[in-house]
Amino acid sequence: MQNPDSMATESDTVARRRNLPWRELALAAPAVLIILAVLAYPMAVVALRSFLEPEPGIGNYTWFFSSRVNRLALMRTFTISAWVTVICILCAYPYAFLMTVVGPRMRLLLVLGVLVPFWVSGVIRTLAWVILLQDSGLINQFISWLGFSPLRLIRTPLGVTIGMVQVLLPFMVMPLYAVLRGIDLRLILASQSLGATPIRSFFRIYLPLSLPGVYAGGLIVFILALGFYITPALLGGPSSTMLSALVQQQILTLLNWGRGGAMGVILLLITLLLLVISAGLTRRKYTISGGSK
Amino acid sequence: MSAWLKVCLYLSTAFVLFVLIAPTLVIVPISFTGRESLAFPPVGVSWRWYANFFSNEAWLASLLTSLQVATGAAVLATCAGTAAGLGISRLGRRAGGLLRGLLISPMIIPSIVIAIGVYAVFLDAHLTGTYIGFVLAHAMVAVPFVVIAVSANLAVYDTRLETAASSLGASRWVIFRTVTLPLILPGVLSGFLFAFVASFDEVIISLFISDPHMTTLPVRIFNSMTRDADPTVAAVGTMIFVGTTLVIGIGLYAGMKKK
Repeated sequence: MQNPDSMATESDTVARRRNLPWRELALAAPAVLIILAVLAYPMAVVALRSFLEPEPGIGNYTWFFSSRVNRLALMRTFTISAWVTVICILCAYPYAFLMTVVGPRMRLLLVLGVLVPFWVSGVIRTLAWVILLQDSGLINQFISWLGFSPLRLIRTPLGVTIGMVQVLLPFMVMPLYAVLRGIDLRLILASQSLGATPIRSFFRIYLPLSLPGVYAGGLIVFILALGFYITPALLGGPSSTMLSALVQQQILTLLNWGRGGAMGVILLLITLLLLVISAGLTRRKYTISGGSK
Repeated sequence: MSAWLKVCLYLSTAFVLFVLIAPTLVIVPISFTGRESLAFPPVGVSWRWYANFFSNEAWLASLLTSLQVATGAAVLATCAGTAAGLGISRLGRRAGGLLRGLLISPMIIPSIVIAIGVYAVFLDAHLTGTYIGFVLAHAMVAVPFVVIAVSANLAVYDTRLETAASSLGASRWVIFRTVTLPLILPGVLSGFLFAFVASFDEVIISLFISDPHMTTLPVRIFNSMTRDADPTVAAVGTMIFVGTTLVIGIGLYAGMKKK
């Protein structure tokens, strides 16, 4: 790092003597202050209240795990998030692969395909799904036209999964594309010239090389899915209640800060645990959204 | 690649592209429906839901709130985020990475958890339903977008230019204004755009910190959808969709033209 030291002032000398990059830290200070005041401090308050209200102890946490409704919601949150992640990977993989091999015009179209939904707010995209998935909606009209009996989609886990996949798909495509773009396709040619079948060279060479992108995208999608609130609230019903809805209910309806806070802390800990595990799994650190912007 | 594999690849991609874009477009015909329902296909053609939006003070007030909050939050996040991006790029790998992790954490932490925390603190500080409260919360949500956009730009920025400017006698402020800022401006502007959109779309935190007197547009849409099937939401959605697409389209077009 080069510093234009010809203009060194008194504070520079002091900074160097203390061996702390004061100027750089000062530049970051306003943003850090915002994060600390509006994110870190509120989280600390929530965590604290989960241990103090209504009485000091871990009562809220034992309550959480002893209630069947909560355990079911926790399980359901995991199941739905896992399905959403798997479907997102399956949909995004061919899409991202094609992005790496087509010409610039086609690629622009595919990039726009991920960016446009990215800009349109989740509430509005969910509104579209409410219209499509309702009992007499377009999808059920299509199913009846094919000669099958209509499905119950809205207010079911299936409907929630469909909506969440569509809202989260861009988060899968972007990191995956960032990794696939860097894979040298000549490796595939080399393997085939050595006698590998296309399927074999895909599974032995291309897929392993693309796994960092799959992990990165899958992790983001799974984490975002765990905390999803809007889509399950509008597309879901009693049979698809996820953890976030229970948190909201405890805080806004029942005004129970202890229990709601405990649920929030559990959700947060699961998220952090996943991040730590995945960081260990992939060893290399992937920036969470570096590929997306 | 064998021919049928290629066909499969193109077909599946076309399907995914369709699923990404098409479903949202269904709100456009619904916004012109003649009946008070979200049933598809719409019956008749009318402008009444648009008229309803523009004649309803509550809807207009929430639109104004959203625009004001998004502007304030984007300005705050862009200033703080750009400075932080510069700071991070000048720090060592370890310290810079740590700081970056802290600043983009709002993207990773479940919004519902952030929301109850912000709600708890804002209740005590009497910031619920206030302009300052919304701007602070949305700026926090938007900071990561700015940091990422500015950092991406700084990654290709040559710091030797600053050394050169300084050796020619420019002060730090002059260097920032005439060398650094013009070169990282694309990153700053796209950061601002993302910050604005992030704030304009934010709904979960806003849901908690809204009060009957001050609500943002997405929260009003959400509340209307949970209450009844009022096609006004489709009209609002269509206008937001067209508006954001135009803004981002113009931004992209201007960016491409410059290159």
